Amino acid sequence: MLRYIVRRLIQLVVVMFVLSLLLFLWLRSLPGGPDSAICGERCTPDQRVAMRHALGMDQPIWVQYFKYMGRVFTGNFGYSSGVEPGTPAIEVFLHRLPATIELTIGALIFAIVLGIPLGYFAARRKGGIFDNLGIISSLVGIAIPVFFLAYLLKFVFAVKLGWLPDSGRQSTDLAQPATRVTGFFVLDGLITREWDASWDAFRHLILPSIALGTIPFAVIFRITRSSVIDVQNEDYVRTAEAKGLTTQVIRRRHILRNAMLPVVTVTGLQVGALLAGAVLTETVFAYPGLGQATAIAFQLRDFAVLQVLVLASAATYTLVNLVVDLSYALIDPRIRTR
Amino acid sequence: MVGLTKKKERIDQLAASSATAVVDPTDVESSGGSILADAWRRLRVSPVFWIGAVIISVFVLIAIFADVIAPHDPGELLLRSQTRLARNQLAPPQPGFPLGGDQLGRDLFSRLVIGSRQTLLVGVFATLIGFTGGLILGTLAGAFGGKVDTVVMRLVDVLLSIPSLLLAISIAALFANPSQTSVIIAVSVVQIPVFARLLRGQMLAQRESDHVLAARALGVKRAPIVFRHMLPNSLSPVIVQATLVVAISIIDAAALSFLGLGSQSVKVPEWGQMLGEAQQKIDSYPHLAFWPAGCIIVVALGFTLLGESLREALDPKNRR
Repeated sequence: MLRYIVRRLIQLVVVMFVLSLLLFLWLRSLPGGPDSAICGERCTPDQRVAMRHALGMDQPIWVQYFKYMGRVFTGNFGYSSGVEPGTPAIEVFLHRLPATIELTIGALIFAIVLGIPLGYFAARRKGGIFDNLGIISSLVGIAIPVFFLAYLLKFVFAVKLGWLPDSGRQSTDLAQPATRVTGFFVLDGLITREWDASWDAFRHLILPSIALGTIPFAVIFRITRSSVIDVQNEDYVRTAEAKGLTTQVIRRRHILRNAMLPVVTVTGLQVGALLAGAVLTETVFAYPGLGQATAIAFQLRDFAVLQVLVLASAATYTLVNLVVDLSYALIDPRIRTR
Repeated sequence: MVGLTKKKERIDQLAASSATAVVDPTDVESSGGSILADAWRRLRVSPVFWIGAVIISVFVLIAIFADVIAPHDPGELLLRSQTRLARNQLAPPQPGFPLGGDQLGRDLFSRLVIGSRQTLLVGVFATLIGFTGGLILGTLAGAFGGKVDTVVMRLVDVLLSIPSLLLAISIAALFANPSQTSVIIAVSVVQIPVFARLLRGQMLAQRESDHVLAARALGVKRAPIVFRHMLPNSLSPVIVQATLVVAISIIDAAALSFLGLGSQSVKVPEWGQMLGEAQQKIDSYPHLAFWPAGCIIVVALGFTLLGESLREALDPKNRR
């Protein structure tokens, strides 16, 4: 087990290294690179040469790469030029991170709390109305563009019905400004006992979480359904029935537990979809997280922030996949012994 | 105790050997016809397949005959006189203009009809490029194994480690002037590692199979083994994936358009672009967003349904 973890960690390092190389080449080949971005459109050739020199862009490419790697290791990615001008890119990342984590957790909760039970019940009554409704809604959930769903939810529940806030993380007209402890707004309110602020932050999370969680919901629903269908026809389930176990015990211990294996994998893989979906969802809801920062950084060509974001999301995605593989051992003792 | 375990193992072996005997390929042969004929028999009775096929056929026909169907030029500001943005006024539906005008006074219906072409182009070309790229990489890795496999798969791992839409955005950003071509390239590159990984897995399984072993024992060279024996037998899950990728590409392309990285052409309408433009005014004119969004959803649904029914039909587990 330990050897496996170590091997996977080495693999992770290799992937991150190749990724940083690709990222470096990518940054250099972007149109309107850093020199013209800083210099502006009315840049004379002389000014451009000076600017390239100042940025070290006239040095051999491998020197530039090593310098770049040095900066990456010290967490010095330069200063943001567009998202939050003047702030170090790493700080932009860090103080937007809690917002996106909060949103991602909300979306995952929506997807799991709805997807697993619905998938389970659909499988138990395979071919019934409930099953078919579930399948249709999950198919539509996959086919609908995330940003359109976000707009639709915003239009219906925020603009037309006015039940929920339409943008941001926190209302501006709170009785007293909320105290910040961790940067997780819902949690902050609970810690400082500012219940109103916590409730307000929660209300801001509902619509974006649903929009972001719909694709993961559809995927989790379908995998749970098909996995439960597979498992409930297994021999050991029949054996359990034959030896007279109660239906409840069979369902909980024999069917649900065994059916959860593929569900865990697929849920882990959804983190990638969530990171990408956050770009769209956060843009629609003007939610100040990493996704919105990504969209803005692309529009304003804020390369410092961009590279942090791409590197961070790749690292997160790879790490989550590692954790998923390891959590297998927790669920399935057969793997642990190997 | 030891005796019991031994016995269990023997039973397992017996069960395994009899199981392979039951699902012997000759069994499929005896039930009449090849894998494809077998799959078609199951497809024919699947409502999911027919719904998907009908949606796609209608969509393709509209795209082909778009010029004939569309009553007006999609780029011309025909209803401009009836459009007053300051007063939230758009041209209403009227004879000749079944859906009315858009925010610039262009015929919405014609734009939707002509727009189907761009969407079809993006879906098909992105899938073809992704498929071909994945085919080359996957075949290389699967055919040679060893070091080639390791290098190819590490590269694939790196590409897969970036969430797909983020990768597509990164690639689209490399183009100074975003266009339909840059969207197709961005969306297709994302699919290359997916196809490569899928194909490689299939090919590796084929490498160990009896018919490849037999061919190798008979002295068949590597190239014919790869192209005549391994590749054809590995393709069916890849084809299923390709069908689903058409839907994914269409949705991803719409997302790129929404983020402003899509085609900027005013003359050639595209659903993603129409949706992106309409969203800025969704509170005032929701229908401008709902029409292109509805089209995207229905078409994506069509390809998803087709892919799902193909997957069911080609799944060896369902073969009887």
